[in-house]
Amino acid sequence: MMVEPFLIGENMTGGYGTGADILHNCTIAVNPGEIAVIVGPNGAGKSTAMKAVFGMLNIHKGAVRLGGEDITSMSPQDRVAKGMAFVPQTSNIFTSLTVEENLEMGAFLRRDDIQVTMDQIFDLFPILRDKRKQAAGELSGGQRQQVAVGRALMTQPKVLMLDEPTAGVSPIVMDELFDRIIEVARTGISILMVEQNARQALAIADKGYVLVQGSNRFTDTGAALLSNPDVRKSFLGG
Amino acid sequence: MSTAVKNVSMFFIVACLIAGTGFIQSWNTALFILNMGLISAIMALGVNLQWGFAGLFNVGIMGFVALGGLASVLISMPPTGDAWAAGGLHVMLGLVLGAATVTAAIIAQTRLKSGRTKTVSTIAILIGGFFLFRYVFDGGVNAIEAVDPASTGYLGGLNFGGKNYKDWGFMTVISWPVGGVLAASVAWLIGKTALGLRSDYLAIATLGISEIIIAIMKNEDWLARGVKNVIGLPRPVPYEIDLQESASFVERAASIGVDPITASSIVVKLGYAGLFSVVLVIVLLLAQLALASPWGRMMRAIRDNEVAAEAMGKNVTARHLQIFILGSAICGVAGAMMTTLDSQLTPASYQPLRFTFLIWVMVIVGGSGNNFGSVLGGFLIFFLWVQVEPIGAFLMQAITSGMAEDNGLRVHLLESVAHMRLLTMGLILILVLRFAPKGLIPEK
Amino acid sequence: MTDILTAIVVLANYVFIPAIAYGSQLALGALGVTLIYGILRFSNFAHGDTMAFGAMVTILVTWLFQSWGISLGPLPTALLAIPFGIAATALLLLATDRLVYRFYRQQKAAPVILVIVSMGVMFVMNGLVRFIIGPNDQRFADGERFIISAKDFKIMTGLKEGLAFKTTQGITIVTAVIVVIVLFWFLNRTRTGKSMRAFSDNEDLALLSGINPDRVVMVTWIIVAALAATAGALYGLDKSFKPFIYLQLLLPIFAAAVVGGLGNPVGAIAGGFVIAFSEVLITYPLKKVLKYLLPEHLEPSTLVQLLSTDYKFAVSFSILIIVLLFRPTGLFRGKSV
Repeated sequence: MMVEPFLIGENMTGGYGTGADILHNCTIAVNPGEIAVIVGPNGAGKSTAMKAVFGMLNIHKGAVRLGGEDITSMSPQDRVAKGMAFVPQTSNIFTSLTVEENLEMGAFLRRDDIQVTMDQIFDLFPILRDKRKQAAGELSGGQRQQVAVGRALMTQPKVLMLDEPTAGVSPIVMDELFDRIIEVARTGISILMVEQNARQALAIADKGYVLVQGSNRFTDTGAALLSNPDVRKSFLGG
Repeated sequence: MSTAVKNVSMFFIVACLIAGTGFIQSWNTALFILNMGLISAIMALGVNLQWGFAGLFNVGIMGFVALGGLASVLISMPPTGDAWAAGGLHVMLGLVLGAATVTAAIIAQTRLKSGRTKTVSTIAILIGGFFLFRYVFDGGVNAIEAVDPASTGYLGGLNFGGKNYKDWGFMTVISWPVGGVLAASVAWLIGKTALGLRSDYLAIATLGISEIIIAIMKNEDWLARGVKNVIGLPRPVPYEIDLQESASFVERAASIGVDPITASSIVVKLGYAGLFSVVLVIVLLLAQLALASPWGRMMRAIRDNEVAAEAMGKNVTARHLQIFILGSAICGVAGAMMTTLDSQLTPASYQPLRFTFLIWVMVIVGGSGNNFGSVLGGFLIFFLWVQVEPIGAFLMQAITSGMAEDNGLRVHLLESVAHMRLLTMGLILILVLRFAPKGLIPEK
Repeated sequence: MTDILTAIVVLANYVFIPAIAYGSQLALGALGVTLIYGILRFSNFAHGDTMAFGAMVTILVTWLFQSWGISLGPLPTALLAIPFGIAATALLLLATDRLVYRFYRQQKAAPVILVIVSMGVMFVMNGLVRFIIGPNDQRFADGERFIISAKDFKIMTGLKEGLAFKTTQGITIVTAVIVVIVLFWFLNRTRTGKSMRAFSDNEDLALLSGINPDRVVMVTWIIVAALAATAGALYGLDKSFKPFIYLQLLLPIFAAAVVGGLGNPVGAIAGGFVIAFSEVLITYPLKKVLKYLLPEHLEPSTLVQLLSTDYKFAVSFSILIIVLLFRPTGLFRGKSV
């Protein structure tokens, strides 16, 4: 028998509010320490699938389970308390708060000493240590993304979900960010990520999901998908 | 029960309430409520045009109403010849200079290239123009205000009936559309500057301008005597005293068994009611036609989705300006009518709670977006505005009847009954917004 | 030389000191407006009447204390009563939120609906205040009237003009400084304060971070109550208490908040002083100052009063419009939505 993954959104069917279904029997899963990447063409429902896992969608079929516990009907806020952290694609930092305050707010639910975690994040993103007294809104695009990821990590999550973390940043910054994400995964955190830059993202992915029109088209390891000629032809531009 | 039956019966109920006032209290009070209800309904129609059709949040209604009142004085009162001779030219010249200063500053602002020259020259024009304006203007004002300050001391109006200006009562009716035009021109000025702003900024801006209009009317004695008030405006209807002195009238009153004094005041009030009804019907008709026209549909489309309307090539700001001016003009007309009804202009009586926020209660309670709702709201809320006090007094008497006559709390409660109307109006507004946000007659 | 000094004294006496006191009162009021705008996202038209309510409770408690013979010696007894005013206002605002505003928040109603709702609340509060204390002027200041009176100052310095510094002005300024320091310490140094700023900055992300919106809203109302009651009581103490005046204060307070940038606390304070100084300076007859500065033959024949005091609204309004046209987010960047 197959062991169930740590976090799984299984056969999810649903949409926003009472609107039409966007997802159809879609399954997304990730294990501790793994990087799972969702790719696909525009409008394939990539972000929607991830938001469904996070509880921002009405799923009327299928289930979401975290560590074996059914969390399908849990609110996003409660999922945060359960150890899931979400970095939205836009508006993902408190622009008027300093970098340090952003991180503090990430740890709002924690009552223990957060200094250790903060130091870890500063080690991960050294530039943030230098800029910790600066308003986050004044930082560059890549630095903002670091703040956003850092804020999410402050909850000491078991799962980190990133919605297109490299949107709008330069290729160099993107590589840098992917390196940091791999580092985070090595600490045992599950990473679920939606990416526009499919090729680079699959290169670091343990598991890849290719979605088309809200359904799984291909599911395999990142490396296998990259070498799959069908995937290459249809989704990676040859 | 169909909607039409329901709506008609609501109007019927309000009519019964007013008629009931006539039977139980006095016909004078009932007709007062009727007349003010007619005026309130017109104001509510104006506000509904802005809010219900276009979603514009105007909290400066009081200012437009007061401008209408001012027009009433400026049209129906006789000119003060001595005052014109003493300083009329000065004041007019001063006003022209003031307008020229502002125009020059705007031209400098738009024509000159950005930079220090532009800022400096704009400021220089404004400061220089201001002192020039004050120099010319103040001299005229002092001269005018010195002319028989106890009874005139202002320029007066445009009633050229001479000594018998009171016979030219029709001038007051002419002042109604003029009040609309006056309010419209000020609305144009405000709209030009503030309509591009967010809804709550527009609210604050209109709130401010209305306070300024009142401040001007209180302080510029040369214009309409300020807080010294203008009294004894001509009337478009006969005077009670003339009726009482007319033998045929007294005879007719006696024949239906009413004493001539009561009869005369009722006839006068009915006369007003007739005139006001004509205006209300015209405004309501126009508003209904506008609502059903392509123009009205476009307005509602803009209200419901400004971005989409703009994307479809509609000039949202221009449409907003149009409807803002129209709605304000209607309030101006109603303001002129109200001053006509009072036969006097008392700037100190303009309070925002009464003339801005109460109209809002009428529109919301009646049903924003529905013209008939506004009319119903106007009558109903004004009825309550008048009657809450006696009802409250009655209730308080009942509640405190167990207490001793000189009980401090009882005395205080009975004295404070007058303030219950604000409390009640607020509660009505809050309750309607919560439980019937579409109002009594919802938008179709 | 003495003339210049005298001119400065006149200016300080009639413009600076009154404007600083008035500015402090406006700043406290504008802080309340700006906090509500930042956290609850609407312009609260009931704020003036909230101030009136706080001031009214303070007055009633002051009278009670006075009747018991409690006093603060040279300071006004009202200082002791302000905490009671704050507590009562907090209760009123929390009850209002529970009964009125919360419903619309849960509905995610458009801000303009909340503004209209706040108009209803304004009516009720205004009626409540008039019902309880009546529409008339109320005096409740006691203790020493002056810190320095004009006469003492003249004797002390030998100048021709006096400088009066009223106790109420001193108290207004000191209290405002303390309140502002405590508020900024709270917003910038405490967990709850930071969570309020975070909530104001980005509500969705605040929810994702586990910040409890109900708690943020509750704390906001309590702080607003403290600011409003203090501002209202200080204004009443310094000028006079009349329910109607507080409704009129709404305009300069909004102007201050908007000029500073709605939602920005620093801006609210700056805006308060900009408005207060402009109002006082433009409506003050400068002849008294100029006659000491200019040579005798140039002495102005008129009062050199730019605008009559009744036009002080026009001053705050003009500044408001100019700022909105040229810098719509205010002098300090406020929220744009």
